[in-house]
Amino acid sequence: MPFQPFHTLTSRIVPLRIDHIDTDRIIPARFLTSVESSGYEKFLFHDWRFHPDGSPNASFILNQPKGQGKILLAGRNFGCGSSREHAAWALFQYGFRVVISSGFADIFRTNALNIGLLPIEVEDQELDSLFETAASAPQIQWTVDLLAQMLIPEKSDALVNSQMAMPMEIRFDINAFRKRCLLDGIDLIDYLVLLKPEIEQFEHKLATWEE
Amino acid sequence: MKGKTLIDKIWDRHEVRKLDDGSSVLYIDRHYIHEVTSPQAFEGLDRRGLAVWRPDRMVATMDHNVSTSIDPEIRRSTQSNSQMLRLAENCSRSGIRLFGTGDPRNGIVHVIGPELGLTLPGMTVVCGDSHTATHGALGAVAFGIGTSEVEMVMATQCLIQRRPLTFRIRVDAALNSGVTPKDLILYILSKLGTRAGTGYFIEFSGEAIRNMSMEGRMTICNMAIEMGARSGLITPDEITYSYLQNRDFAPTKEAWENALEFWKSLASDPDAQFDREASFDASLVPPMITWGTNPGMAIPIDATIPDVNDTALRYMDFRAGENLLGKKVDYVFVGSCTNGRIEDLRAFAEMVRGHQKAPGVTAWIVPGSARVRKEAVEEGIGQILSDAGFELSEPGCSACLAMNEDKVPPGSYCVSTSNRNFEGRQGHGARTLLAGPLVAAAAAVTGKVTDPRCFQNVKIQ
Ligand code: SF4
Repeated sequence: MPFQPFHTLTSRIVPLRIDHIDTDRIIPARFLTSVESSGYEKFLFHDWRFHPDGSPNASFILNQPKGQGKILLAGRNFGCGSSREHAAWALFQYGFRVVISSGFADIFRTNALNIGLLPIEVEDQELDSLFETAASAPQIQWTVDLLAQMLIPEKSDALVNSQMAMPMEIRFDINAFRKRCLLDGIDLIDYLVLLKPEIEQFEHKLATWEE
Repeated sequence: MKGKTLIDKIWDRHEVRKLDDGSSVLYIDRHYIHEVTSPQAFEGLDRRGLAVWRPDRMVATMDHNVSTSIDPEIRRSTQSNSQMLRLAENCSRSGIRLFGTGDPRNGIVHVIGPELGLTLPGMTVVCGDSHTATHGALGAVAFGIGTSEVEMVMATQCLIQRRPLTFRIRVDAALNSGVTPKDLILYILSKLGTRAGTGYFIEFSGEAIRNMSMEGRMTICNMAIEMGARSGLITPDEITYSYLQNRDFAPTKEAWENALEFWKSLASDPDAQFDREASFDASLVPPMITWGTNPGMAIPIDATIPDVNDTALRYMDFRAGENLLGKKVDYVFVGSCTNGRIEDLRAFAEMVRGHQKAPGVTAWIVPGSARVRKEAVEEGIGQILSDAGFELSEPGCSACLAMNEDKVPPGSYCVSTSNRNFEGRQGHGARTLLAGPLVAAAAAVTGKVTDPRCFQNVKIQ
């Protein structure tokens, strides 16, 4: 799916401090029966978000006022399990544009990048300190600057006047090619389609028994 | 010059071009699709005004939500599932070979690919399913992809991929009797954890792997993904070649000879450098079982539950320091792309022969493919099972991910030969204990978690 370019984004952080959140948690398999590409936000974290009778679970972060924002801060090792891109769709369609963790499953990371959802990988200690800030100063806005590869906390007066230490800026890594694609909104399929003549030539080199 | 790993050799052969950041435009030889992760990719192609470019390199099956019931009424009611109808439509208009329900070649994508000779050594293989790693057992670079990537391969037969890091896991010595390849991979997972493989392709090697059947090797590679790895693979050898010879789509005559010659060059060079290495001793591996909610939470079947994860313990309603032996089991599932092959059914049947299914247990014995089912019936496994009070289902993914009618109810315990024990994986609130086919058999006839090694001594009611 072609997507909007991503440059900067400013939002509150929604903390979900659970490690090893797998794709069956993000969206259980029973919600994968559709042939559509939209409507998956309803099922995001379904079995945490709703009680078995379908009523919202008030103790779950997304059902609370502090659970509003476009940046999801998740525990270690996010997105392991199935290859279902539905997991990335559910997050994106719900409104998240960035997911921060100290580790992503390979397929989840690729799926996210392919739809314009930015996975930001930080160190374990950085993750812990982000969770601490999110707990003590949930109102703080953070800016994700993709070009600079920085996560920047807002300079809030409330914080300056309080005794709390200012949260640190965090620099993150991202693959250079993927970064360019996100900044320019380049879709990989468009890119590959342009290479078709070269791919066709390549096919001639394959051994005949492989045809 | 430094030697090359098997992974790099296959990768190099398929690299159409290298991008400035070091990632590759990788050519894909074989692309499998199924009903769940393909409809949006076809739709995406349509929106772009593109068609499937190389339909002859694609193969489709229906597996994830097909009914596995032997009741024709139940089967009929799910055949009209919109995903299956859509897949049939998409395949027929794109010219893609489809093995739909009822086809004698239908089955779980990772069972039929190798079984039909569609996956061959040296190939690049992808599917919108993480357990595509299974195909690595034949010496292929095989990995799971998301739906956007499915669309990419449909449009151009290529993917943009970073070259993986390489990880060699050597397993020396031999497995003891009563211990299966599933126990070995659960053992490795319990030692290395579910993050150890992130960013890597794992090459499994060593005496225990070399002496393992193709079925066992597939079980091992299948679960490489549970270590966070993109895939696993094994050097092809005589066992691989004889498994492939005369398979439906395997090359024949001169093409077979040429292929063989090429396949024999597929091994890591002796001086190849891996980014990471680990080794294990197969003789130390006992029957294993999981107690928690990820596949790394596995212990020897007679060990006590460690005190490491409250959330998992709470979900499973277990306590640290407890022993699993003797715990009541409500469901037993034998099947999936991990353990739904003929060898697994043989092992299960061998154990339950002459016994009876425990009264309180619901058992789903689900062959991985129509062919596995046929073989099982022809070999007499079907009879052994029915004498023991079991029923051989129709093929499909079934309770592995609970998209069809086979769901474990909330709070119930299921000993399962599948690959994931995540919360809710086998049904909302279901509690999964992953194990091999022998542990599953012992549980099915005793109704409790039972060590298959002392099975003969167990008093059966
Ligand atoms: S058997 Fe389970 S793991 Fe394998 S393809 Fe089916 S759902 Fe996926």
